[in-house]
Amino acid sequence: MTQQLENILEVNNLQTVFATEGGEVRAVDGVSFVVPKGKTIGIVGESGSGKSITSLSILRLLAKNGKVNDGEILFKGKDLLKLTDKQMRDIRGNQISMIFQEPMTSLNPVYTVGQQISETLIIHKKISKQEAMKQSVDMLKLVGIPSPEKRVKQYPHELSGGMRQRVMIAMALACDPEILIADEPTTALDVTIQAQILELIRDLQNRLDMSVIMITHDLGVVAETCDYVAVMYAGQVVEYSDVRTLFKNPKHPYTLGLLNSLPRHDVDQEKLIPIKGMVPSPHDMPVGCRFAPRCPVATQACHTKPPMLESIGNNEQIRCWMYSEEWDGDSEVTLYGEKRTVKG
Amino acid sequence: MSVQTEKVTNATRSNPRVEAFKTFSKRLLKNKAAVVGGLVILFIIIVGLVGPFILKTDPNAQNLVNKLQPPSKEHWFGTDNFGRDIFTRIIFGTQLTLKVGFLSVFIGGIIGVVVGIVAGYYGGMIDTITMRIMDILLAFPGILLALAIVSVLGGSLINVIIAVGIFSVPAFARIVRGSTLQVRKLEYIDAVKALGASDGRIIFLHILPNIMSPIIVQATMRIATAILTASGLAFLGLGAQPPAPEWGAMLNEGRTYMHNASHMVMFPGMMIIIVVLAFNIFGDGLRDALDPKMKQ
Repeated sequence: MTQQLENILEVNNLQTVFATEGGEVRAVDGVSFVVPKGKTIGIVGESGSGKSITSLSILRLLAKNGKVNDGEILFKGKDLLKLTDKQMRDIRGNQISMIFQEPMTSLNPVYTVGQQISETLIIHKKISKQEAMKQSVDMLKLVGIPSPEKRVKQYPHELSGGMRQRVMIAMALACDPEILIADEPTTALDVTIQAQILELIRDLQNRLDMSVIMITHDLGVVAETCDYVAVMYAGQVVEYSDVRTLFKNPKHPYTLGLLNSLPRHDVDQEKLIPIKGMVPSPHDMPVGCRFAPRCPVATQACHTKPPMLESIGNNEQIRCWMYSEEWDGDSEVTLYGEKRTVKG
Repeated sequence: MSVQTEKVTNATRSNPRVEAFKTFSKRLLKNKAAVVGGLVILFIIIVGLVGPFILKTDPNAQNLVNKLQPPSKEHWFGTDNFGRDIFTRIIFGTQLTLKVGFLSVFIGGIIGVVVGIVAGYYGGMIDTITMRIMDILLAFPGILLALAIVSVLGGSLINVIIAVGIFSVPAFARIVRGSTLQVRKLEYIDAVKALGASDGRIIFLHILPNIMSPIIVQATMRIATAILTASGLAFLGLGAQPPAPEWGAMLNEGRTYMHNASHMVMFPGMMIIIVVLAFNIFGDGLRDALDPKMKQ
């Protein structure tokens, strides 16, 4: 893995479970990835793949019935899971920040924008209200809100969705965090605003030299913003690679399926090819590879033995039997109309 | 929606709290009964505060020659069995009544809000245990609970205030817990948590300001109940002790003379009715004006 870059965050074998009425559910099962300093890593997956739970696990903000069962989350070498609640609070918003999907409801209606940005500063930097308000104006300027002196005094309902998301970003970045977790930051916004917000995040990342964890279901967002990508399926990372490799040479059948289900403008397509079937219920996970029931090339081994996340090449990890020595299928397979030669 | 947002963003609006207050007062003023209730409360408060200074007479001054006089020019509300002027006593009693009403609701409100918000925010065992305790308190008929507390603490005005306060706790706790459960789920609570806010900060700076309306309404309504309960206790001889001009105590004293000097019970009784009614009607109006959706 990227030896030359320092890894600011390392997630190893993270396992998050939820106690539900139907028994214990493993929402995240053995997820590992690294976040290099100053880079953006995308976590992609469909609803219920565990991507949001992964991010909430990092900040230890899981709902009451959820808990991290196993694994470690190393932030600059410290395991976040071992910190006290107080130490964790000092990290939240200060060193690791998060922005949420719904800018319309993520701001408290009874406080002004300035008061809410100030709050982060007052909590962590212990500065006076006046000083915090001054810095809030600077933050609004930083996130590209015009006439910030006027805006700090306004209330959330006076701002549009895009503006509010900018305010959320200002709140998250007020203390100059080293990692920003963006949980579907553009999903609730309309397309033109989406592009602006992504552009803003990318621009701020370069200027402030922070790392970003971009959680999304949108491969378009990944292509635009990320350096590395972890593709998640049913609570596991199935493919991890740099963004170029992922789009040019996707390896996991699920990744391929995802890419094939997107409209493209560089080739003529009669129709989009959906991935058949449904995400397995977390109560009833397949014994073997979790994607096997939907995989067009799954073999006997795929249905019975779960594959491990294996490194192939210098920057790639795949969770698929097809790329292992033990592959028992054909050496040439056709995946979504594409011929591939695999190890055999 | 978007049109509205645009308009708001373009025009420099004043503080939305001021705006909200304007729409609230407009709605409240439209409700004639609530306005009357509010004016009566205002009048009673002024009387309670200023009255004793204007009258400058002693409410306990006895004049046995003039006892049990019917209302007249000198004694507007008549005199009692000791020849004390009932009008003066009622004016002085206003202060006692308001003191009991406001202080007990203040005590009960503070405890109830803290209990409700903590139960609603933390949930789980804390919620179950505190709410079951509240259920136990609620299971007693109101006056019986206050009676029990006063008989343990002993009869005095302060103890009545404490008793009525305790008896108001569950009503506040339940309402606050319900509202907290709603607000807790909102995304901005998650957002401030992700920014490193502590539980205390979230509870008092982010949840409490958002659930003030039901608390205000509840407090107004509870004042009426508190006054009624305190008068009831005094009537039973457990509240303010004679010769304090407490309305309930006056009712009790007049009880024996009801047949030949009905004015002795009529005026204090009427005052209790008027004040309780005023707080109830005003509370109803407040509720409708603060949150029209709460109106059934």
